Amino acid sequence: MTTLQTVFAKAKADGRAALIGYLPAGFPSKEGAIAVATAMVDAGCDVIEIGLPYSDPLMDGPTIQDAVHRALTNGTRIADVLRTVEGVAKTGAATLVMTYWNPIDRYGAERFAGDLANAGGVGTITPDLTPEEAGPWREASAGAGIDTVFLVAPSSTEARIKAVVDSCTGFVYAASLMGVTGARDSVGAAAQGLVERTRSHTSLPVCVGLGVGTGRQAAEVAGYADGVIVGSAFIRRVLDAPDEASGLASVRELGAELAAGVRG
Amino acid sequence: MTTHEGTVLTAADLAGNGLHGNDPDIHGKFGVFGGRYVPEALIPALDEVAAEYDKAKNDVAFLREFDHLLRTYAGRPTTLTEVPRFAEQAGGARIILKREDLTHTGAHKINNVLGQALLTKRLGKTRVIAETGAGQHGVATATAAALLGLECVIYMGAVDCERQALNVARMKLLGATVVPVTNGSQTLKDAINEAFRDWVANVDRTHYLFGTIAGPHPFPEIVRDFARIIGVEARRQMLELTGRLPDAIAAAVGGGSNAIGIFHAFLGDEGVQLHGYEAGGRGLESGEHALTLTEGSVGVLHGSRTYVLQDEEGQTVESHSISAGLDYPGVGPEHAWLKDTGRATYHGITDAEAMEAFSLLARTEGIIPAIESSHALAGALKLGRELGPEATILVNLSGRGDKDMGTAMKYFNL
Repeated sequence: MTTLQTVFAKAKADGRAALIGYLPAGFPSKEGAIAVATAMVDAGCDVIEIGLPYSDPLMDGPTIQDAVHRALTNGTRIADVLRTVEGVAKTGAATLVMTYWNPIDRYGAERFAGDLANAGGVGTITPDLTPEEAGPWREASAGAGIDTVFLVAPSSTEARIKAVVDSCTGFVYAASLMGVTGARDSVGAAAQGLVERTRSHTSLPVCVGLGVGTGRQAAEVAGYADGVIVGSAFIRRVLDAPDEASGLASVRELGAELAAGVRG
Repeated sequence: MTTHEGTVLTAADLAGNGLHGNDPDIHGKFGVFGGRYVPEALIPALDEVAAEYDKAKNDVAFLREFDHLLRTYAGRPTTLTEVPRFAEQAGGARIILKREDLTHTGAHKINNVLGQALLTKRLGKTRVIAETGAGQHGVATATAAALLGLECVIYMGAVDCERQALNVARMKLLGATVVPVTNGSQTLKDAINEAFRDWVANVDRTHYLFGTIAGPHPFPEIVRDFARIIGVEARRQMLELTGRLPDAIAAAVGGGSNAIGIFHAFLGDEGVQLHGYEAGGRGLESGEHALTLTEGSVGVLHGSRTYVLQDEEGQTVESHSISAGLDYPGVGPEHAWLKDTGRATYHGITDAEAMEAFSLLARTEGIIPAIESSHALAGALKLGRELGPEATILVNLSGRGDKDMGTAMKYFNL
């Protein structure tokens, strides 16, 4: 099992940013998700976030909503999410779960943390869990030895940034812009400033997500952040492909472009 | 705090002063319910709304302005109407209606909307967005936006747009943009998701004019405070009309704003039973219902910990009701708290029971109620038979039924 600490130490030694890819479990199918994530790792992703498909994804844009809807329609359940994590972790990538809070709350915090650790997962990203409500999850995660990643946003005050980074282990997720997930023509202008503000409160790696989808954007973000997070752009490649094989080829091509980007 | 005589509201009425233990804590919690489960990007906006509201609710000038709009625009105070012919079916108990159906735009929603539209101005924002199910909150929001010169965008599930086409037309006529939401179940819950997505992207100039007492803190508190006027008036009016407080209050519960609006002023009156009626849809066994409090479990939906219709893995289960306004798989956290503390009791009313009460009130009293409110009426009929002929029951007639004529024509083959 590769930890986040190992990933960021290695990327730093290489003089580059880490590349983090997101994909929902169960998309395009239960088995297909493992194949796509493996292609992302082959192409150069250091970390994979496996999304836990949820019925009410209120911070996601149309691309991820579409993928998640397909995953739920496929009958993807938490057991499938854990099996996907297990499959992806075997590739050697550090594997996280990204999920809204309610599925964990309902499954049971300790149970989920334990099952995720057993599947080879190294942590979670929980976009709607704020520091005020995160106590039980931080405790359960610490007990299972997994990391807890939370988000800061351009609108975050210094006090909020401090509260969020104090809850984080592994890395801090900096949302590049005020909006939902989805590739955009340019990365938010606020991203660099947010990374700098975040660094003044923590020595943890700071990674940037939302709106990154090309090698050029990855290179730009890699200039100031420790990691570059890409989700919707990978999903778009799968959605737009006529068949599974060409989808995988397209994902590898994007992965390679992004991997070159994070190397400057 | 000074009271201003001769008006609808006093500052103490609005702020909830004199009631103990009914306000959420600093994290927006009613017991274990409520709080904030939202993306970090929205926290500063919620903090801003909470801080401005704290100032506004203690600002006599703001309260006067709100009060002025309630009296001269919304048509408050609304009257009480005793309905003896309807009550014959309730074992002879006295039934008295609080007539929110007589407000401008035809439902209690106008109270909250006027308050929040004024708050939007105070926040220096020029645009409001809102979600709507039946369309009543959308119409009310579009109305207040027109009145106060605010840009207005309404998110409405595509399925709801179809079943409430008349309200879509009303909103458009009032100058609002109506965005049909085509993802998920295409109903209220998906409209709320979409409104949150808009808000996070446009928060600088936009206020999310939330329509019920659900959602992240401070919405449950703000919406309740602006809806409280219903119970504040009704309590005074009941004392004037009957010389005492009612034995029980009946209100419909979807998100729960009309129910909390009438319950809240009576929370300290231990002798007054509080009964909320949820949509039983086609019945519990059918699985097609919106029995969030009576059959749901505790979880997180739309930013708040509360009772939710969900499966064993926390996926939201789609709700059903003949009334779009009750067709919601969550409920306000304060109702969750009132349920768990035992102060209020919640029951289910099926589509068929609601439609029977709908038709009965029309035929016996000449009042066509909203189908939402008909759930409370059906509840009052049952309650009357239980409590006996000596009992007095106050029902929140939260809205009028004009918008429901399409449904009624189909249901009764008119």
